[in-house]
Amino acid sequence: MSLDFNSPAFEVIRNEKKCIQCKVCVRQCSNKVHSYDDEDNVIYSDDIKCVNCHRCVVLCPTRALVIKKYPLEFRENANWTGAVLDEIYKQSQTGGVLLSSMGNPKSFPIYWDKMLLNASQVTNPSIDPLREPMETKVMIGRKPEKLEFDAKGKLLTKMPPQVELSVPIMFSAMSYGSISRNAHESLAKAATELGICYNTGEGGLNRDFYKYGKNTIVQVASGRFGVHKEYLNAGAAIEIKIGQGAKPGIGGHLPGRKVGEDVSATRMIPVGSDAISPAPHHDIYSIEDLRQLIFSLKEATNYGKPVFVKIAAVHNSAAIASGIVRAGADAIVIDGFRGGTGAAPTRVRDNVGIPIELALAAIDQRLREEEIRNEVSLIIAGSIRNSADVVKAVALGADAVYIGSAAVAALGCHLCRSCSTGKCNWGIATQEPELVKRLNPDIMYKRLVNLISAWNHEIQELLGGMGINAIDSLRGNRLMLRGIDLNEKELEILGIKYAGE
Amino acid sequence: MKKIYAFESKCLGCGLCEVYCKTAHSKSKNIIKAHKQEDITSAIVIEEILQPPEAVSYFALQCRHCASPKCVKACISGAMYKDEKGIVRNDKERCVGCLSCVLVCPFGAVKKSGDKKAVSKCDLCVDYGQPLCIENCPNNAIKLLNEDEAEALK
Repeated sequence: MSLDFNSPAFEVIRNEKKCIQCKVCVRQCSNKVHSYDDEDNVIYSDDIKCVNCHRCVVLCPTRALVIKKYPLEFRENANWTGAVLDEIYKQSQTGGVLLSSMGNPKSFPIYWDKMLLNASQVTNPSIDPLREPMETKVMIGRKPEKLEFDAKGKLLTKMPPQVELSVPIMFSAMSYGSISRNAHESLAKAATELGICYNTGEGGLNRDFYKYGKNTIVQVASGRFGVHKEYLNAGAAIEIKIGQGAKPGIGGHLPGRKVGEDVSATRMIPVGSDAISPAPHHDIYSIEDLRQLIFSLKEATNYGKPVFVKIAAVHNSAAIASGIVRAGADAIVIDGFRGGTGAAPTRVRDNVGIPIELALAAIDQRLREEEIRNEVSLIIAGSIRNSADVVKAVALGADAVYIGSAAVAALGCHLCRSCSTGKCNWGIATQEPELVKRLNPDIMYKRLVNLISAWNHEIQELLGGMGINAIDSLRGNRLMLRGIDLNEKELEILGIKYAGE
Repeated sequence: MKKIYAFESKCLGCGLCEVYCKTAHSKSKNIIKAHKQEDITSAIVIEEILQPPEAVSYFALQCRHCASPKCVKACISGAMYKDEKGIVRNDKERCVGCLSCVLVCPFGAVKKSGDKKAVSKCDLCVDYGQPLCIENCPNNAIKLLNEDEAEALK
């Protein structure tokens, strides 16, 4: 087809007074937006290739570049918006399923922003975390119903395996393949320094990374890539991935061009072959089947590692979670519909799943009612953006949170949502050696450490304000939350009162 | 003595080191004026090396501040000298632009300068706290190291 109906999404604006033709932008753009014209000594930019990742903007030494939304407008129409039309133009040209990256970008309510935290005034003292001890450590795993001690105070109860986290934050599952080796290494190094965990994702674990094992959660997904006994024993915990918030009900597909020597060896598949994760686990069609896999994995690791089960937040999450606890999982991970991804069908990403806040509240409530909440830790994922979200999640009932998008943002991601092209200019979602090089793990892991340390300080401040000196005392303490701009039903599901009540 | 070392494994080939080298050695010390109004040759040059099959590697070329520098020996006007710290420097006032140093440098690290008369070479940014190429490298690919420190990192 000769005519492309799509117009550029962004406009590259170059301030000619500031541009020194140093060609840094030309060399750094993997989408080849910028080109230098020798004859005229000018740099031209082709708007249609721009994905607005800001690489050129950030590296431009004279700040001569600005990227803006392309000013072209369609005739105003509240229903047939420009975005809707652009998608039709694209599909009528290619005949393909639309693919998108990162989480659901639509303007659904963000419940974190509709909940407010409490603080102590007069009747109970607030605590200054700079002067008094403050505990943010959490233990993830099944807790016994009661503890028994001998006469000398020695613990008699055999504790199920636990994972200790210095802060209730972990780095989400992002496979080696979907993200680069350097990005993986940055996460692993940062997790180790922070005393938290990162997650291998479903792509197996490169042997070079076994040294970070104590801070690694190894994932077992439907494709079973790179899963073997040594791998299962390499980490601190095992996570069975049933679903992902960005694409509930959908499997994964790592294109063959991203499967180089190293990825191939790690995943145990031939070089250049597509890595396709089926939508379901073909050996799990019921809670009983799930129980079999959980116990196979426990058997393989000599009952020494907690087993997590990760599901996407969907309509019946609470009932499913109850089944997962009874199947023997040590922790449940719930991933909300805003969770990120390297690639998902756009329609699935934008229309399937439910907000994590509602799913978390519903699951925590259900497990309490069934008196099995202690048998499992609840970990949530799906767009935790800052420390306040973490605190609110804990107050709603979470033991810990996973951060994925926030973590890659710390590594330079500007959420241009073009991960699936494999040309990530920041060296994150790419396997091209030239681009991977741009992410220096020695520099970048420190940014992750900084981010989590900063959040930890803020969490302590917020806890102290509420007069609480340990994050464990906040868990499920919904009296510390008040809703704003919410209807009766939303308040009921969240289990919180309205502000002023 | 500490010298500038560039590590190929980390170099992105963005060329920001060249931009800041030019700025550091300009009269105006202003990044835009240095590029638009002055004609300066960068003392650090990023060379693109094509490696099979398609991968590109970058190699940064700059003065090694040799123990017994050929450029100093070859200089006919006494402009090229080794200072008390061991930094090989070029006195632009004395340089007559004969380019003997350019010819004898075994590394190709001394370059003809844009202003025709003088030559351009790395002086480790003696006027600044630290070489500007190092300060502005986005990937920590350039470092100021002793010879043994650099060997250990290679």
